[in-house]
Amino acid sequence: MKYNSAFEIIGPVMVGPSSSHTAGAVRIGRLAREVLGERPTQVRFELMGSFLATYRGHGTDVALLAGVLGLDTADADVRRARDLAHEAGLAYEFAAGRAEHHHPNTVRVVLAGATRATALVASSIGGGKVEVIELDGLHVRFTGERFTLILYHVDEQGFLARVSRLLDERGSNIARLSLERWTKGGDAVTVCEVDQPVPASVLADLRAGIRGVRDIRVVSVL
Amino acid sequence: MSFTSLSQLARQAEDRGLSIARLMMSVEEQQSGLDEDQLMAKMASQFAVMEQAVRKGILEPERSRTGLTGQDAARVHTYLERGASFVPPEPLRAMAYALAVSEVNAAMGRIVATPTAGAAGILPGVLVSLLDSGRYTRDQLVWSLFTAAALGLAIANAACISGAAGGCQAEVGSATAMAAGALVELAGGSPQAAVHAAALALQNSLGLVCDPMAGLVEVPCVTRNGLHAITALAAADMALAGVRSVIPPDEVVDAMRQIGQEMPVSLRETGLGGLAGTPTGRAYRVKVFGEDELLDSGASSGRPQSGLARPCDAASEEQSSARDGRVTGEIQQRL
Repeated sequence: MKYNSAFEIIGPVMVGPSSSHTAGAVRIGRLAREVLGERPTQVRFELMGSFLATYRGHGTDVALLAGVLGLDTADADVRRARDLAHEAGLAYEFAAGRAEHHHPNTVRVVLAGATRATALVASSIGGGKVEVIELDGLHVRFTGERFTLILYHVDEQGFLARVSRLLDERGSNIARLSLERWTKGGDAVTVCEVDQPVPASVLADLRAGIRGVRDIRVVSVL
Repeated sequence: MSFTSLSQLARQAEDRGLSIARLMMSVEEQQSGLDEDQLMAKMASQFAVMEQAVRKGILEPERSRTGLTGQDAARVHTYLERGASFVPPEPLRAMAYALAVSEVNAAMGRIVATPTAGAAGILPGVLVSLLDSGRYTRDQLVWSLFTAAALGLAIANAACISGAAGGCQAEVGSATAMAAGALVELAGGSPQAAVHAAALALQNSLGLVCDPMAGLVEVPCVTRNGLHAITALAAADMALAGVRSVIPPDEVVDAMRQIGQEMPVSLRETGLGGLAGTPTGRAYRVKVFGEDELLDSGASSGRPQSGLARPCDAASEEQSSARDGRVTGEIQQRL
């Protein structure tokens, strides 16, 4: 189901002018920031389709940047994002991306901080709603509307069983789950959306107690 | 669970003896874990933002940053008070209020996307004008937003609500349908009548293209919001009078989806075709953004987007500030 809540249709509250090209773009920027999980110092946006054709008219550029800076869709400072990025020491670049077969409002965000880097492709599908469709080159799907765990790990038998058992024992219900891997027995990523926020203690146990976990990033509710 | 079809929505409501708004409320309670009071408070705060945008657009009108739009809401509002209009004052007020919200949106002000920012004028236009008329209480109007939400969910899940995916019919068409159905329930109409009002409004918007001048949510978006507020009122009256859409509501939504798929990309929020592609539309693009923007989009000549391979904005500080300075200068010149 694309849309579930009344407040996705009567909302979001946002600064104009476009829900898909401004509010959605802010949300994509925020998602990228949360996936990175540390203060970003460098970002490159590759705009595709309608994002590319109309980014300046809709303020898509400042909106994406505002999101990476952690601003909200209703923040009056969205339009000042270029200045804010400068103040925050965030180097940014906008480029044309290849459209491929994505939704017309799509952007690839390549983001780096002091110790980490990540790249994601996300689409703004209308009304401010967004969806990540690619993470570090793997096809995944998540929206940031639910509490989302991104587990970087080694592909090995029983991994998902161990993760879901631990989440079950600690009272978390999995709403959506996908595992993608670069190679068999090699690096893999699991995206797990849960209904309620996962406490820090459970995150610590996932990190320490599940064999094969390399890193966990948390995307909290948009 | 959510809604994927208008007929199913009406059936579910009628089977349970609920209005569409009440059905939406019970689904939202289940999904969010919040209770009715909390959800009403949340929706009331959305309504408050809508009302603020209306008041701002009427009482403190300002031009958008490009100077393309703004102050027309106040113009219509002054005109209606002269009392010599063809359209009676109440619907004309809805039109003025819809213009107001769209103008605030164009000026990067705060609005509620209903269902999108490009179509954000229509629901507040009709609902805030009814608040001012004294015919309905604020509470009733907030409830009607749940009707609008349910109708919007069904359309969004079965088709789409983004101009880039489905053209303006998906944005303004959906908003008009949502408003029409909400009005029917406000007036005490049945769920059946509400979904038919939505279908009548939507079928009158089919084929509407998304062709904003210079890619800005200004021309023709602002005036279109104003005119469609009146369409929403008229579609509600039509359905309340007992008129039904001959084509079943779900088939109208599916027609919208298919038309959206068949619509050329130049008419889906790329700022290339239609009004954006007229000589005036193209000239404004140059005026507002400068010549180099044309290379970004290949807009002026209708070339395929081969110019897009180059980076469109390498943000070395001096380059971006130089460009921003020039754009600002040009806008000021025009004003």
